[in-house]
Amino acid sequence: MEKYTGKSVLKGIAIGRIYWYQKQEYQVAQTKVQDTGAEKKRFAQAVETAQGQLSALYEEALVRAGEDHAMIFDIHKMMLEDDDYLDAVNHVLEEGFNAEYAVEMAQNQFAELFAAMDDEYMRARVADIKDISRRVIRILAGIPEDGILADEPVIVAADDLTPSETVKMDKNKILAFVTARGSSNSHTAILARSMNLPALVNTGLEAGESLNGKIGVVDGFHGEFLVEPEPELLDQMIHRKNQWVADLEALEQLKGKDNAASDGRRIDIFANIGKVEDAEAALEADAGGIGLFRSEFLYLGRDSFPTEEEQFSSYKAVLEKMGDKKVIIRTLDIGADKKVDYFCLEEEENPALGYRAIRICLDRPEIFITQLRAIFRASVYGRAAIMFPMIVSVNEIRRIKEIVGQVKKALSQEGYPIKEVELGIMIETPAAALISDRLAREVDFFSIGTNDLTQYTLAVDRQNQKLESTCDTHHPAILKLIQMTVENAHRAGIWAGICGELAADTDLTETFLSMGVDELSVSPSSVLKVRKAVRDL
Amino acid sequence: MKTFQFIIRDPVGIHARPAGLLVKRAAEFQSNITINGNGKSADAKKLLKLMGLGVRQGMEISCQVEGADEEAACQAMKKFFEDNL
Repeated sequence: MEKYTGKSVLKGIAIGRIYWYQKQEYQVAQTKVQDTGAEKKRFAQAVETAQGQLSALYEEALVRAGEDHAMIFDIHKMMLEDDDYLDAVNHVLEEGFNAEYAVEMAQNQFAELFAAMDDEYMRARVADIKDISRRVIRILAGIPEDGILADEPVIVAADDLTPSETVKMDKNKILAFVTARGSSNSHTAILARSMNLPALVNTGLEAGESLNGKIGVVDGFHGEFLVEPEPELLDQMIHRKNQWVADLEALEQLKGKDNAASDGRRIDIFANIGKVEDAEAALEADAGGIGLFRSEFLYLGRDSFPTEEEQFSSYKAVLEKMGDKKVIIRTLDIGADKKVDYFCLEEEENPALGYRAIRICLDRPEIFITQLRAIFRASVYGRAAIMFPMIVSVNEIRRIKEIVGQVKKALSQEGYPIKEVELGIMIETPAAALISDRLAREVDFFSIGTNDLTQYTLAVDRQNQKLESTCDTHHPAILKLIQMTVENAHRAGIWAGICGELAADTDLTETFLSMGVDELSVSPSSVLKVRKAVRDL
Repeated sequence: MKTFQFIIRDPVGIHARPAGLLVKRAAEFQSNITINGNGKSADAKKLLKLMGLGVRQGMEISCQVEGADEEAACQAMKKFFEDNL
């Protein structure tokens, strides 16, 4: 058996014969032509034909993968209309060379330009330049388009695939893609994802044609490509694949269904997301909304505070994407345990009990105000709600509401339209749970953060592996605090949800429903799993 | 001549999609529109040059508009950057 590891684009398993996709190699000959005018005409005609093909590809991709993905072919058309590209070709033509050679020269020139950029996304554009140039050269030389010549569905392995090769392939004949090179940013990866096919990129595959016809296994869960696995292993993989397909089909059936148990009790199931792009996955999983939009991604991995504009555009993007579904944005939850140098936080003995989250925001209101302004400005693009982390007292909420009031007033004076935004708090300290009767009078909703609530209630550090057995997430003390919080919320006429890991624990779904929990917010991949648990009750 | 500055917010910078849309928008005007950023400059009507700037999130670009319809073109470009980048 041979085994390759690569970057997985889609979690899934495919088993089948391998088809090595060999691009037709053709050496572009460099010749001198007599009639440069005629050669220019030949080139112009080839470009026109290519434009026609690209329009057709655009339509095809539109149907198969949607506008966002089809756009690449529109870009290809524009690249082929680009003056600099055409000038580069014409320049070589004017020296008296043939059109095929001229296109190849222009291709190399622009491919080098993009390959030299210190930006992974832009380097991936080399594939686009090559794709359009190959297309024109093929048309000039009268070479037919590459395709798959296989009778049964196959695992397509290749050195690399261009976007047009990927979309051109007959989906019914493909089980998975495996490429030697390519990045998860490439359009091939994006298209594979949208076609819902397991795909591995950057596997360093070298075997080439010797792979043809061999049995392969693509394991998108572990990013592995197995060639001719031993019979026992193959059996195991077949079993795992069947299991995966059966689970997937069962869950797929639940899209569009209500989160209701057989006795009529129901609950909202929302999704937790950590960056703008995750909203897509939340919608795909049929989540009822975003129950927790962690805003930390805006602050991490950079060396200065994100501006109001940057934050605004991220919130706006998610709100627009989610349409009339609620999006609950959690304000900054950063502390000394997360490395964010520009916050200049002092080292702490006990970061979990230290200067973090709302404590920083109330101490340094300028940071807080920037975030609140961005959220309120974005509020007109959807249904925004805000929740505040690490609350322990009523005074904190009063202070928050004061600042929120100032922010709203300032925005109105500056002429920004804003919408009503629900304000809620995280219940993640025992203190907050114990005074939830009083807190409930101050806010519009509660969201119980079970990860921190467990840590603070049981005095157990979740990162400490030695304490795993002590860290009983089903501990009666935690369940009691949750119950108390939900009861107090309802008594005050507000709703209460759970957004920690416990929300996805299907052993507790029944318990939560009995307690009257209004909403569970889980990772997009768990939404349908939890829906199933509710419906099975 | 009209100019304005803008800080790119899009996580991937001026990538293929907005660059394509930008070229289309710029082509609607007669004025010469130049984007300066990342130490380079590019004609806003040329896709490959524009992508070749390699402008990323957090970088400041300046946009210069010069020509008969510069007033309208500058407005349109400003709005384009605010909406898309």
